[in-house]
Amino acid sequence: MKFGVVIFPGSNCDRDCVHVAQTVSGNKVESLWHKETSLPRLDCLIIPGGFSYGDYLRPGAIAHFSPIMPEVKAFAERGGLVLGICNGFQILVETGLLPGALMRNVSLKFICDRVTLEIENNKLPFTCRYPAHSLVSMPIAHMEGNYFADSETLKRIEDNNQVVFRYHGDNPNGSLHSIAGVCNEKGNVLGMMPHPERVAETLLGGQDGRLLFESII
Amino acid sequence: MKITAEIVKEHGLSPEEYQHILKILGREPTFVELGIFSVMWSEHCSYKSSRIHLKKFPTKGPQVLCEPGENAGIVDIGDGLAIVFKMESHNHPSFIEPYQGAATGVGGILRDIFTMGARPIALLDSLRFGHPDHPKTRYLLHGVVAGIAGYGNCMGIPTVGGEVYFDESYNGNILVNAMCVGLVEKDKIFLATAKGEGNPVFYVGSKTGRDGIHGATMASDVFDDSSESKRPTVQVGDPFTEKLLMEACLELMSSDDVVGIQDMGAAGLTCSTLEMGDKGNVGIDLDLDKVPCREEGMTPYELMLSESQERMLFVAKKDSEKRIHKIFEKWDLDVAVVGRVVKGETVRVFHQGECVAQVPTKPIAQEAPQHDRPMRQPAYLKKTENFSLQGIPLPKSYGEVLKRLLGSPNLASKHWVWRQYDHQVGTDTVVLPGSDAAVMRLKGTQKGIAVTTDCNSRYCYLDPRWGGILAVAEAARNIVCSGGRPLAVTDCLNFGNPEDPEIMWQFKEAVEGIAEGCRIFGTPVVSGNVSFYNETKGQAIYPTPTIGMIGVLDDIKTHTTQWFKASGDIIVLLGETYEEWGGSEYLKLIHNRVAGKPPSINFQRELAVQKTCLQAITGGWLHSAHDCSEGGLAVALAESCISRDEGVLGAEIRLENSLRQDILLFGESASRILVSLSEKHLPELQKVARIHDCPFEVLGVVSSGRLQVNSLIDEETKGLREIWMTAFERKVV
Repeated sequence: MKFGVVIFPGSNCDRDCVHVAQTVSGNKVESLWHKETSLPRLDCLIIPGGFSYGDYLRPGAIAHFSPIMPEVKAFAERGGLVLGICNGFQILVETGLLPGALMRNVSLKFICDRVTLEIENNKLPFTCRYPAHSLVSMPIAHMEGNYFADSETLKRIEDNNQVVFRYHGDNPNGSLHSIAGVCNEKGNVLGMMPHPERVAETLLGGQDGRLLFESII
Repeated sequence: MKITAEIVKEHGLSPEEYQHILKILGREPTFVELGIFSVMWSEHCSYKSSRIHLKKFPTKGPQVLCEPGENAGIVDIGDGLAIVFKMESHNHPSFIEPYQGAATGVGGILRDIFTMGARPIALLDSLRFGHPDHPKTRYLLHGVVAGIAGYGNCMGIPTVGGEVYFDESYNGNILVNAMCVGLVEKDKIFLATAKGEGNPVFYVGSKTGRDGIHGATMASDVFDDSSESKRPTVQVGDPFTEKLLMEACLELMSSDDVVGIQDMGAAGLTCSTLEMGDKGNVGIDLDLDKVPCREEGMTPYELMLSESQERMLFVAKKDSEKRIHKIFEKWDLDVAVVGRVVKGETVRVFHQGECVAQVPTKPIAQEAPQHDRPMRQPAYLKKTENFSLQGIPLPKSYGEVLKRLLGSPNLASKHWVWRQYDHQVGTDTVVLPGSDAAVMRLKGTQKGIAVTTDCNSRYCYLDPRWGGILAVAEAARNIVCSGGRPLAVTDCLNFGNPEDPEIMWQFKEAVEGIAEGCRIFGTPVVSGNVSFYNETKGQAIYPTPTIGMIGVLDDIKTHTTQWFKASGDIIVLLGETYEEWGGSEYLKLIHNRVAGKPPSINFQRELAVQKTCLQAITGGWLHSAHDCSEGGLAVALAESCISRDEGVLGAEIRLENSLRQDILLFGESASRILVSLSEKHLPELQKVARIHDCPFEVLGVVSSGRLQVNSLIDEETKGLREIWMTAFERKVV
């Protein structure tokens, strides 16, 4: 299994993702600078969290124009696995690889906390090791995680089982239907606000996120 | 421009200092030169009132790799690794413009760390605001917290700890002390020294604008009614650019091309050029026409004094220009060669072909004026010391007192604050905010570090010397409670106007107290910062010498937290409670008195308590360890019951003591740690305590839902948690 992690100016979870992907897969992970215009041979691309372009204009809006993005799109269209975490999710939404939009948290404040998630779809390459409808604990850390989609889109993604993670109990940011993560129709592109890479070791408070990386392998 | 007495005064220079300038130059200064002297000799940059006292700090030790005087201090932690750390104030700008003031405070301390080649791994913030009901408190709190979050979160450096306190002494001057900790390989440390005749001097980062001019001078004066008009002296931060600058600089420093590097903080281009030249015993020729500018038509005076953020100056080897340009082009940052290292010890500044300043480095940097300011014991101490508990009635309900303490903004949970900080990015935070100290693992090793900031400024007000000692002792105890061995200290000394002999006395006493404490605990002071003039219309803040301490855990797995883990565990107090009540939170909150002497410390007992606790933690016997501080034993017990996020526990406690009961429960005797452990390890703990001659008392057991202390307190812990968790938001947000 070969992972690549895209680094935009302002990405700041790239090193964390490289660390986990390397630990779990045992293979060297490719760090890909956003100015690259071709990808090495890869199985899974991670778009990490952070503040690409300082979140200026709108989170993910400028990263969408980075030279590497046409390659990311082509990779997704070929069926490659793409995982967007936090700012990565925002970028994938801006790019149109995932449906919906991410708005400012209803509290209008940055939230760093632990949340409980329900696994809504465990049939994906990203989630196949989670038991159906199991509850897991993961950290969130974002200012714009309030998921929004028009009612038609919302119905479509619910009907298609594209809602992959849902906040269980408290909805921290006001997301519609408590949505924490969604995938594309084909199921090879996943975006999520919680940070699985931050709970991949017992020392850091749990292994619930490690299962996601193990699923991919 | 003709330099008049009035212009000299406007620059914050005294007539004597101006005479000294005339002597150094042998002529009248140009306007640019006057500006240079003004910022370099400001209290903020020159430490002119504090230097003679700061020499009293112990700064050496086998662990010390870099003493005060560089951008930050460095200690060796073995495995070829070193920790770089420092704390710095951004008080004045944060009061004038809370968001940008706090944000650029974080930006500045981050630069101090990565300038030395280290990757920052943690931030902490020690904050002090005015009374919760003061009209400005909420506005300042919201702005400061958002500013810290905005900068630190974007940089991707976790904010893992700190303090937040409220007291009316900060109504006119809040404190924002930011601390940063970085990790570096021991043999890859960079210093701020210019060397090598002919070497190019590079400028990188943001373009220079007109912001922050005379920021350092502003921070070297007291506030009056016109302070709001000083807003233009506050810099504006851009964390995105700083993130790029950090990554680019770390990439640059992984090569062999850099000779010396210094960030542009207070006094901008002036300070970085003069200090680097001074340290390397060389001169620098600076060409202002090459400086990247944000605005047109900037004068040499403005260029030299601008405190625009996110800028660095470095000296590189001669043949490296191409490689260096390539790195900064990758990160889309401005880079320019703005000068050369030259022989001699003079900095010459050129603008449009003309030499606009020519100043010697040594007399300005190293030989800046030093004052041995007059000191006098403050008159208020006679009153505060002359106070007895007679006439202070015993509370009707101890449970109610406990609830009021837990529900006061100073003791309540600060999760409203740290929830806005990303405290986990970097995947190294093992103990999150909310325990005695934050604990970080160090990837690729078995080791970890514990970090804390501490100061009880009420103690410092009542007795600055003991306050200083107590701050160091509490920091060490917090490190120990987390499983760390105290290693070294950084400090941020916040005081009023040093020209007031009573303030100067407070300062001297506190410094001597800290020095004594640091010697006792074997924790040298390796970096720090002094912030004077925290005073508005004659009203000074409480003396607040904040201590930042680093400890090392040889095995990260032995880290410990403050909350109880299992009912049935035995609760033990290491240390003893004495008839001490001065300066306590209880006396202030319940009886509205700030009086008495702060608790005393018997150093032998303090060390015995710390050694016993640390040995028990590394032995793997303890389930929890918590320092008893504000609010005394009752609050420490309650916190151990309720601060666990996975659900509250309780405690059944039996205290055998003849002290006044309010002192027994809420007195703040130092040198006490509350621990819990499984009964089977009790004999081992007892044995270690005996070896160290550490006072030891079994207080009771961990139970499920109630906190019961003798017949004095019997409260449901769920209710206590509710009060403690919601009070901060109810009272100050």
